[in-house]
Amino acid sequence: MSTQDFTPDEMMAIAASRALSNTDVCFVGIGAPSAACNIARLTHAPDITLIYESGTIGTAPDVLPLSIGDGELCDTALTTVPVPEMFRYWLQGGKITVGFLGAAQIDRFANINTTVVGDYNKPKVRLPGGGGAPEIASSSQQVYITMKQSTRGFVEKLDFFTSFGHGEGGDHRERMGIRTQGPTLLITDLAIWKPDPVTKEMTVVSLHPRTTKERVQQTVSWAVRFSDDLQETPAPTEEELSVLRELKARTAAAHAGNRVETA
Amino acid sequence: MADFISLKDAVKKHLKSGDMAAFEGFTHLIPHAAAHEVIRQGIDELTIVRMTPDLIYDQLVGMGLVKKMIFSYAGNPGVGLLRRVRDSIEHGWPRSIEIEEHSHAALANAYEAGAAGLPCAIFRGYLGTDLQLVNPNIKRVSCPFTGEELAAVPSIQPDVAFIHALKADRKGNVLIEGILGVQKEVVLAAKHSIVTVEEVVDVLDTHMNACILPHWTVSAICEVRGGAHPSYAQGYYGRDNKTYIDWDTIAADRDKFQAWMDENVLKQGPEVFAGRIKGLEVTS
Repeated sequence: MSTQDFTPDEMMAIAASRALSNTDVCFVGIGAPSAACNIARLTHAPDITLIYESGTIGTAPDVLPLSIGDGELCDTALTTVPVPEMFRYWLQGGKITVGFLGAAQIDRFANINTTVVGDYNKPKVRLPGGGGAPEIASSSQQVYITMKQSTRGFVEKLDFFTSFGHGEGGDHRERMGIRTQGPTLLITDLAIWKPDPVTKEMTVVSLHPRTTKERVQQTVSWAVRFSDDLQETPAPTEEELSVLRELKARTAAAHAGNRVETA
Repeated sequence: MADFISLKDAVKKHLKSGDMAAFEGFTHLIPHAAAHEVIRQGIDELTIVRMTPDLIYDQLVGMGLVKKMIFSYAGNPGVGLLRRVRDSIEHGWPRSIEIEEHSHAALANAYEAGAAGLPCAIFRGYLGTDLQLVNPNIKRVSCPFTGEELAAVPSIQPDVAFIHALKADRKGNVLIEGILGVQKEVVLAAKHSIVTVEEVVDVLDTHMNACILPHWTVSAICEVRGGAHPSYAQGYYGRDNKTYIDWDTIAADRDKFQAWMDENVLKQGPEVFAGRIKGLEVTS
């Protein structure tokens, strides 16, 4: 049973979770991707393999980790490997079916910037940088991206290419010597986007409930392409919402203070 | 051969102004106590290496001890940005630092190459990223067998490696469990290594494939209970997420930062860490 009592952020996390399957081996970025991946695990994909770059393979946290290396991830993992092994054997070795990333800035070909706003040497805002993302973007079999829409984030031209998506579109990935599919899905608080099969420009294929094309365009700096066969994203079910809200509540309680007062 | 000495003496003995130092620990086992000792001794002009700079590099940079930082993710994980690092890069306060920026895959490979005694690391990476335009230490090489274009970065072989571990036995063999990060690699890659541990025990009592650093790979062992706080030590105490969240406010303001450092680092010693993990201990 679906419900209309949900926020755009909740719709984003739930829509993203639906894209994952039981057989996926998913390299999980922190933040929005982490929520989506764990909702998938707690609803329709209990056997999904979640991997965090800290080396935890097959992890099943009870609360969302604040960092990519919280103890909760290791405690519940099938195994934990050293970080060089994680990047060499598991990611570079092609074992990851889905790399799930967030972003600060994205362009129409799903290239990502998480490095700087402004000039690299004289940045207006120095962002954290790439971390694992540059190689997650090129070595995972495909990449899903989740982020909220805003004109600051959805830009005409990136200030910095941290992680390569479809470059200038078309066969740019192949020309760069990249053999993986790259971004095949973008899930936002307003819509679901997929690359055009030929041009690779990200195209809106589904609008979330209560969203309009105008609203989508207002939050994007380029002229948005909409699919001829535009769908409406099914609203969250009560189960999806309650799983998400319980997860968020457990997480908030855990992060507010895990210190136990002792007499 | 591992010396059992105080953290103060170990830092004084092994780290010099102008050295390259790596403080490692991937979220888990971050050597906070060791970094604070370096700050107290005011050892400056450092080149610091770390995959995820975290609070300790925010503090080292904010205290003006750093000449250059080599890193791959300069954030406060799950919270936001490192505000002291940003202030240095964006406004040159308290000084400008040189940065050499990589991806995680590159630095993990570079530490492994350092441990393996190789001059560089080769991997499939940096495809299509602008990092190779701003970092001259990212090069391309062709595979001599297939012709595939691969990325190459210099290996990392620091003057001094700092790590925090769970325990050492009385000979100085060191045990790491949980998230292992690049600690084994950085110790084997470095000229000298200083290892703080939660406790020194008679027998490590572990399994046959455990991650152990033999005593003859380590320069100094210093027992510092709680020495990773607010990071965590698997089986000893949990990550103090609240302190990470609170740091964002402290580091946002130069005066507040300096007052905090004065009160909590400069006027303290390594023994203060034992008190900081009260209530965070793993009980089961």
